[in-house]
Formats: sequence, structure tokens, C-alpha cells
Amino acid sequence: MTASTAQTTMSDGTKGLVVRGLTTTFDTTRGLAIAAADVDFDVAPGEVVGLVGESGSGKSVTLRSIMRLIREPGKVSGRVEWGGRDLVAMPAEELRKVRGGEIAMIFQEPMTALNPVLPIGVQIEENLKAHTGLTGSQRRARALELMNIVGIPAAERRLDEYPHQFSGGMRQRAMIAIALACSPKLLLADEPTTALDVTIQDQILKLLLDLRDRLAMSVVLVTHDLGVVAATCDRMAVMYAGRIVETGTVAEVFARPHHPYTRGLLGSVPRSGHSRTMLQSIDGTPPSLTALPQGCAFHPRCSFATEICRTDRPPLDLIGAGRRVACHHHEEVAAAEPIL
Amino acid sequence: MISLATTTRTVLRGRKLPRSLIGGGLILVISLVMAIWPTLFAPYDPNLFDYNALLAPPSWDHPFGTDSFGRDVLSRVIHAYTIDMQIAIFATVGPFVIGTLVGAFIGYVGGFWEALFGRLVDATVTFPFLVLVIAIVSVLGPGLGNMYVAVGIVGWVFYARLVASEIKVQKRLDYADAGRVMGYTPMRIVFRHLLPNAITPAIVYWMTDMALAILLGSSLGYLGLGAQPPAAEWGVQIADGKNFMNTAWWISVFPGVAIVLTGLGFSLAGDGVAELLRVRR
Repeated sequence: MTASTAQTTMSDGTKGLVVRGLTTTFDTTRGLAIAAADVDFDVAPGEVVGLVGESGSGKSVTLRSIMRLIREPGKVSGRVEWGGRDLVAMPAEELRKVRGGEIAMIFQEPMTALNPVLPIGVQIEENLKAHTGLTGSQRRARALELMNIVGIPAAERRLDEYPHQFSGGMRQRAMIAIALACSPKLLLADEPTTALDVTIQDQILKLLLDLRDRLAMSVVLVTHDLGVVAATCDRMAVMYAGRIVETGTVAEVFARPHHPYTRGLLGSVPRSGHSRTMLQSIDGTPPSLTALPQGCAFHPRCSFATEICRTDRPPLDLIGAGRRVACHHHEEVAAAEPIL
Repeated sequence: MISLATTTRTVLRGRKLPRSLIGGGLILVISLVMAIWPTLFAPYDPNLFDYNALLAPPSWDHPFGTDSFGRDVLSRVIHAYTIDMQIAIFATVGPFVIGTLVGAFIGYVGGFWEALFGRLVDATVTFPFLVLVIAIVSVLGPGLGNMYVAVGIVGWVFYARLVASEIKVQKRLDYADAGRVMGYTPMRIVFRHLLPNAITPAIVYWMTDMALAILLGSSLGYLGLGAQPPAAEWGVQIADGKNFMNTAWWISVFPGVAIVLTGLGFSLAGDGVAELLRVRR
């Protein structure tokens, strides 16, 4: 990106999040683990992007790398542009203003992500204290407002309650209230519904979408649940072994997966309205991050694999507007019998 | 100490106090009252010589007897509360506060400072605590003030170790990351968020440490390195009575009982606090 375009993004601030070549490695005793490699994706303002993959595919690491939450011995390289500034290279002081103020994050397990010894109201006010100049009573009023926005009943009383007095769903709502305290423009959600039961899960997702509309906020949603992606996201990126293997709008990817891994994921989801068939699973297990296979990381589990897959890693090629896939045989995969 | 207050509020919410805390607390409250207003309880001036009643055995006039100068042992035991409770608090507050601050820093920062601190801990625990304190006191000179300094120099290490290890655990939990992601400063994360969750063991240890401080204070008093005669202090009194153990046991035994009782109070209270704080987890 040239200096002039950087200037424009800074002035209009409408470019959202731009991630380029984000690579996160961990130096372990068993060798260098590449948890995320060359991750590229964009999040436009107001857009909900789903990051999908199995455990260990690098989705959470990607999210944490964006927020600079990776600690030693982890190393992060690449660029994460936000409003024309690079979060990866940003000094700590400036980063603190962005974190919580412009970009917020919520976690998988709301119990552990809330401080057990502070009342919820105080925890909401903490964020306001860090980023705004509101007075004590203004903060209290805003905290109450936030509790109402995220749909916590009897908000006035519950402000003074502690996390352990909240149910799972209410905790996640409280977590969202804390994250949203300063009206961030981007919310990073790390499996926000995984720890919740299905009905609560649905409520929380509806809440997130509703908030996205109301606050004109972008959301990056990390999940392993394709149902969640289908219900909430505009676009999705599928990750495998630390790399993005396919991106596109949710409709496109679900209708015509171009990567055999995406195809496999979709095939493993039970669905209604069809004659009853066996669920298809993907054979094998994901590779160890310290010993990735040569060529395409997915080839040992892939039914489309040929010689080239064993030697050359496929680049993430553009195959349509905003549609990318990393597979030597993506046309064959797309042409194969529909799986969903 | 906002964080401490918050912790207390959290723990007390709708829970019954453990019996050990009630018992220990009662002993400590009585001890404190005697320490603050000894003249209300002591029948005589603790330093008044009564040459008509030298080494008098316990009687209605002198319930705990008198010592070789005819001083009333009961009055001296009561007046000693002032010094010994002071020792319990002054000898431990410094180490508690310094150790907690240093421990929070070391636990959060880790790396080089943690390694350096580890060596310091090794060096400290190599010597028996009492020996180290005696060595420092003998350099600084005897007396209560120097004793506090000596205990402070050695004692903070144990608090720091406790707090550092707890902070190390807490800083890796999601809520610490959540705080970082919310853009809080490291200071705020450590003192407002991590420390209230990490300080429990240090508080429990502090209660126990006060009991140990009384033992230490009277040991040093006995050895002539702590409170100086003619001050009424249990260790000093026991030392006074050691030559008369066969003929006038009361001179040494009653201060000894006071030490045991007060130590018991702190220990029980410590146990109670531990129990109270443990339930939360």
C-alpha cells in the first residue's frame, strides 16, 4: 500500500480491517509450530465475517494475533491495518486506545473472561474509565444503558451482582456489554456461543446481529459451527492448518465449495429435508503444526489429491469477485456432485 | 486498599463466618483492647517495685504472683500486650505490603526479574529465618525498631513468592486477556484486576505470620535482642523468670500462656480467613 492510499484510509476510516500476511509462530521444544501462516482477509464496515475451521486450524490464534494477545514464545509478523495504522507495529500506548475503544473482543468462556471479584457494573465502568472522561454517575448511567441494550433483565439490581450470580447466557451478555461500552467499530468474537446451550446460543447470535445493525459495527466471528456461520455471517473464510483455504460470501461457499476441505466440512453437517443418508466425515486427523506435510497441507486427507498436491503448495487464488481458494483442483471440486 | 475491600465484600456476601474465625477473632479483639488500654485491666503499675512481696506466689492480691523485684506479674502480662501486639502488626505489615507489591510486579513481568528473584529466594531460605534475623539485629544493634527492620528485610521475600506465583496463574486467565483487550494499562490490570484474585494466600499467610512474629518478638526479647528490660514484654519476662523456675514458676509461665493464647488467636483467625476465602473458588 502506498503512502497516499494509507492517507485516504486514515481520513475516511471506512476501510475496516485489512489483514495481510499475518503469520504467527511458536518456538516449541518439538520445533517451530506455525499456528497461522500468511493469513489475508478484509472486514468491511458493518460486515460479519466468519472464520471457520477445526480445533487447531489457527482461527483463534489469528484473532488473538490481530489483538496482539500472543505471548512469548509466540511471534507475530505481517500487517493488520486498522484505519490506516498497523496494529502489529503500533506502540503500546496507541494500541491501548484502539483496544477496547475501537476494537473489542469477546471470549468463548464468559465465566473465565469476567473478573470473579468485581461486580458486573464495575467491570463495565472500568472500560469507560479507561477510554472516556465520563464522571462516576455518567459511567453508572451508561453501564445501566448497556445492560439494557444487551438484554439483561433487572439491570439496575444486576449491576451490583458478581459474575458467579449470572447464568451462562447472561454472563456472555455481560461480557458483550463490557466489550461494547465504548461503541467499538469492530468486534472480534472468539467462539462466543460454544460454551452455551443451543437456545441461548441463538439468542446471543441474534443479539450480536442486532447490535451490528444498531451500532454499525463489523464483526469477526470465529467458530467451528457451520450452522452459526450460515445464520449470521455475510462472508466466511475457511482455515486449515493455519492457512485460509477458501473465502467468499456465505451463500457462494455453501452453494459451491471450491476446496475439498470446505466440501468435507459441509458434508459432515446433518441437514433436514433430505432423504436420510450417512453423514460424511473427513478421513484422518489435522496435521501437527510442527510437522506440516509437504505441498498442500490437506493432501493426506484429500480424495482429489494428485502428484502436484504432494509437492507444491497451492496459492490462495482469486477465482471470482471476493472469492478465493487454495486448491490445485478447485474446478474439479466445484464440479463434483453437490454435497449440500 | 480498594481491592482488599472489594474482596472482603465479595466473600462475605450471604455466608456464615467460620467458627475458627469467630473464636480467633474474639481472642484478638480482647488482646487488642488490652493492648490499647492496659491500665483499665492491670491492677498495678507494671514497673512498681513492692519489696514487701518479692517472688510472692499467686494470691488474691497478686493473682499471677510477683517477680524478683516485687512487680505484679498480671499487670506486666497485661501491659506486655501493648508491645507484643505492636510486634505482631509492625513486624508483618511491612513485609506484607512490600512483598505483595514486589510479588505482583515479578509475577506479571516475569523473565529476567523472576529469575533474579528466584535466586534471592534461594539465598533467603538457605538460612533459618531466626538465624538470619538475629544476624541482622546483631549488626544493627538490639531494640524493637531494628527488629522490625530485620524482619522486614527477610520477611517480604515469602510474601512476594506467594503473590508472584498467584499472579503468574491469574495473568494467563481469560479475564486478564480481556482486560488487555479492553485497553487497560498494565498497572490497572495488575492492581485492580489480578491482585484481588491473587492476594488470598498472602492474607492467610499474613495472619499466621503475625502469630510467628509474636513468637519471634518474644524469642528476641528473651535473648535480649528485642524489647529491652525493664519493658514489659513476654519474652523479656520469661527471661526474667528463668533463674527462678524452680522456686517461682509463675514469673515465666503466665507470660508463656499469654504468648500461646495470642498465637492461637492469630492461627485460628488465619484458618478462619483461609476457610472463608477458599469457598469462593
